[in-house]
Amino acid sequence: MATSVPGVLGSFEEIDAATDAIHALRARGHGDLTVYSAAPNHELEEALAQPRSWVRMFTLIGGLTGCASGFGMTLWMSYDWPLLVGGKPIGAIPPYVVLAFELTILFGALFTVAGMIILSMMKSLKGRPYHPRFSDDRIGVFAPCGPQEADAIVRLMQDAGSVEVQHEAA
Amino acid sequence: MGAIAHDGMPREQTHAEVTRDVLATLGTPSRGYYLALFASIGMFLVGLVTFLILLRDGLGHAGYNPPIMWSVYITTFVFWVGIGHAGTLISAILFLFRSPWRTAVYRSTEAMTVFAVMTAALFPIIHIGRQWIFYWLLPYPNARFLWPNFKSPLIWDVFAISTYFTVSATFLVVGLVPDIAAVRDKVSGWRKKVYEICSIGWTGADHQWRHYTRGYLYLAALATPLVLSVHSVVSWDFAVSIVPGWHGTIFAPYFVAGAIYSGIGMVLTLIIPLRKVLKVEHMITDYHFDNLAKLTLFTGSILFYAYAMEYFVAWYSSNTFEQTTFWRRAFGPMWWGGWSMIICNAFVSQLLWFKKIRTNLTALFIISIFINVGMWFERYVIINSLSSDYLPYAWDQMNPTWADWGILMGSFGWFLMYFLLFARTFPIVAIQEIKEMIPMPRRKKGAH
Repeated sequence: MATSVPGVLGSFEEIDAATDAIHALRARGHGDLTVYSAAPNHELEEALAQPRSWVRMFTLIGGLTGCASGFGMTLWMSYDWPLLVGGKPIGAIPPYVVLAFELTILFGALFTVAGMIILSMMKSLKGRPYHPRFSDDRIGVFAPCGPQEADAIVRLMQDAGSVEVQHEAA
Repeated sequence: MGAIAHDGMPREQTHAEVTRDVLATLGTPSRGYYLALFASIGMFLVGLVTFLILLRDGLGHAGYNPPIMWSVYITTFVFWVGIGHAGTLISAILFLFRSPWRTAVYRSTEAMTVFAVMTAALFPIIHIGRQWIFYWLLPYPNARFLWPNFKSPLIWDVFAISTYFTVSATFLVVGLVPDIAAVRDKVSGWRKKVYEICSIGWTGADHQWRHYTRGYLYLAALATPLVLSVHSVVSWDFAVSIVPGWHGTIFAPYFVAGAIYSGIGMVLTLIIPLRKVLKVEHMITDYHFDNLAKLTLFTGSILFYAYAMEYFVAWYSSNTFEQTTFWRRAFGPMWWGGWSMIICNAFVSQLLWFKKIRTNLTALFIISIFINVGMWFERYVIINSLSSDYLPYAWDQMNPTWADWGILMGSFGWFLMYFLLFARTFPIVAIQEIKEMIPMPRRKKGAH
């Protein structure tokens, strides 16, 4: 993959080696790391000390929108063409709870997926190197840096236990 | 993995082995696979031709016989919606409960769910007769400002099934994305390009996982009440009416338990041969079947209780119509349907108390067929409650015709065709979740 972000890419087979490298890089002030793994891993999350995802806000807003739409749609449509049957209320809340519930779930789920996609796209990976083995059995740690820092970071990755280190020039 | 020591536990694999073994399922298919695929396409074509004849001549060919204007099509609709329940139960509810055994089987059950709901959705459309105006069921702006009746359970059902299909399909697709990326990184040529598009730029970067894991959790949390609600809503199609045999408050939990029971039955019918055809016997083992069988036993026992309660309530109510309906279920013209349902569901499931049966795949496969047959009959018997309504002069029986059986056969073909095509195109075992369960190698032994 052609790269345009200069930096060092380390490939790790062991989880503790990768977390050691991440800790050491963060101690050196490298905050903009990209870590690739085939599955989510709590040790990597802890090492990166990431903030909580905002996906939950999308879920909440979606759910509330769905609930409001469910009640809003049913009540509005009932009163828009009122049919009085058996003296029962035209806008009846109990049966509309079913529709409001379904739309809460529907909108909540769709907003959640939209949130996952939008938030993931907010950090661009364009120009950052990637290796197919990261979706298989390796962990990749990419630290963007200038040429003057590259040698030190290559050494840091090797000392941590990286099995392969690449220096990506701009 | 799991608290119990079990002979049939999957053997520990490395991450690379998991990718290799799952990708092997996407290789050249065996002759058995093609046989199954062509058979399912053939069955689908039978259904298609039947449908075209119905479209030309009208629903008169089907066994719609007053007072039973809901016939085999609605029986089969409820059957397929029920089948669709095990997938989301296993993928969402067991995900929230952190049940480790779900990982190897959840992808196939989730795919089964989506295809089962797709199959179910065909039936109301076939049943309405004029398929080209099916959109009248939806609240769309129209010239006369007429809106659907939102107090009708049939409209609740439209919303419930559409939501269930959308959320289940979303859940399946979201779960697939990291696995599609793993396939993309291993294949070449045009397949790589296709998987690249389908993986929507997934690289497994830390921020992607951060949003993905939270989002997946919320999707599971949303899907959980949905599983319980959908078949409850389907049950209210019946229970909200005053037909004897339908008007029961136990219908919602009774239908949900039955749906999960039938869904797991279908999972067993599909997975037992599939694991052999796709050579994933070391990944889907006795451990998984033992757990699936326990879930079957649990839901089968709830059904046993529900059947007993239905008869008890009919007797205890002192309502002549209710009592007559249940008497006719056991000893009336449809006695064979009533007993098929009780024997296949309530009694056969009790065999699963024995561990030897739970871990014997031949026995489990045979039991799963009984479950499928029994659950179809359950719906048939429930629909047949219409045969003996409050007006005895109008009593009559359901008389299924070739058009009913043709569409029923077509639905199985349609469902199996999609399932088989899916199993060959996408990883049928969830690569990413299995890897999540396997501890990564460490440099410092015993650390963490």
